[in-house]
Amino acid sequence: MASSAVVTANQLIIMAELKLFRTWSSRFSLRVVWALDLKGIQYDTIFEDLSNKSSLLLQYNPVYKKVPVLVHNGKPLLESLVILEYIDETWKQTPLLPEDPSERAMARFWAKFGDDKVLPSIWNVFIKQGKDQEEAIVTAQENLGCVERQLTGKKFFNGETIGLVDLAFGWLANLLSVFEEVCGVTLIDLEKFPLLLEWIQNFADAPIIKESWPPRDKLITKYQALHEVYTSKEAPK
Amino acid sequence: MAKNDVKLLGVWASPFVMRARISLNIKSVNYEFLEETVGSKSELLLQSNPVHKKVPVLIHGDKPICESLVIVQYIDEVWTSSPSILSADHYDRAIQRFWAAYLDDKWFPAMRRIRGAQGEERQELVDQVVEGLALLEEAFGKYSKGKAFFGGDQIGFIDIAFGSLLGWLRVTEKVGEVKLLDEAKTPGLVKWADCFCADAAVKSVMPDTEKLIEFSKFLMAKMKGAPPPKN
Repeated sequence: MASSAVVTANQLIIMAELKLFRTWSSRFSLRVVWALDLKGIQYDTIFEDLSNKSSLLLQYNPVYKKVPVLVHNGKPLLESLVILEYIDETWKQTPLLPEDPSERAMARFWAKFGDDKVLPSIWNVFIKQGKDQEEAIVTAQENLGCVERQLTGKKFFNGETIGLVDLAFGWLANLLSVFEEVCGVTLIDLEKFPLLLEWIQNFADAPIIKESWPPRDKLITKYQALHEVYTSKEAPK
Repeated sequence: MAKNDVKLLGVWASPFVMRARISLNIKSVNYEFLEETVGSKSELLLQSNPVHKKVPVLIHGDKPICESLVIVQYIDEVWTSSPSILSADHYDRAIQRFWAAYLDDKWFPAMRRIRGAQGEERQELVDQVVEGLALLEEAFGKYSKGKAFFGGDQIGFIDIAFGSLLGWLRVTEKVGEVKLLDEAKTPGLVKWADCFCADAAVKSVMPDTEKLIEFSKFLMAKMKGAPPPKN
């Protein structure tokens, strides 16, 4: 893949052993793929089958037994946002976080908001039905409203270039429309969320980012199956 | 901006507020503590944390910083005089961030649910918490390298993230009549807890367990019939 990052001899040594454990669809693993690719860093990829986890994965991540795991010179790094900060601190080209401490604090705040509030609230819309789903939609759109306001006057959450918060919200640019299609609900409409829709377009089409999207048809199949599992548990309302 | 224009919005009982206070104490930063009244939210709080409307909020000059671990990192990055709260080494920082996130995402949510749970669910939660303590004991052994704290000689990021939860851990043990931090199973952590609570940066802001128990009863009574509190 093309990258304009200049790689020094020192960086080649640091890169010497970099392995990423991921799955084809994991939205958290994708963040790490993007971060490494944006910085022009070479690494090996190991695709995991979560129904049959490798002994290496279990050894590297005994606490959560999940992907992504980034192993750098034999040392495992866990949790996607923690990994992103590590990558940003270790390889300085194409910075993901700003220099100013208060701006860094804002970025960390919004990345956390995305994972703690936005993602679970949208997942609730996906798995629920009837009145529960209606309530879930209200909460999800409230959360999305907070996110929408962060894009005022900006192309990306990070400003002119993609940063940590953009990578953290990256799943909105592909997975959200999959959820919407599978459960038949439109969460992000042009009237309420024009900036988010524009960001989705810009992010999805950005160089490097667009090369890594998992195949949409496979995602639809996967989430259709999951949707059936969740909605068949519910009593009809 | 004047480095000495620092305010912290908080409540005495909140472990998350405690994290900010410990960090400011470590850095010897003078700050104004603005105590929120339980049951109501001040205009300043609603303005400075419109998203969550929760404490702690650090207000530095005119900039509000929210979320306890974000605040601790901000304090470490602005007041760069030693001692540092996060390690200088990138990998060690990643480990510290991992454990702090584990405490907030997994361990504490399970722990705080014990008091309100019953039967099988309660036992599962207790098992999870005890399992977590075993993991933390192992981590302590590895990272303290024989010193008093996860951070070595000084209190560090994991110490702050975990130590701030000790008050509520003790409440759960007393009120829930369950032993969680056990000298036989996690001797390192038991010793660490004593060192942490005795530290100069912590002593003045660690709430008294009996006071916390009274407060927790008051909260439970207030919330009867209301949905369970979110984290």
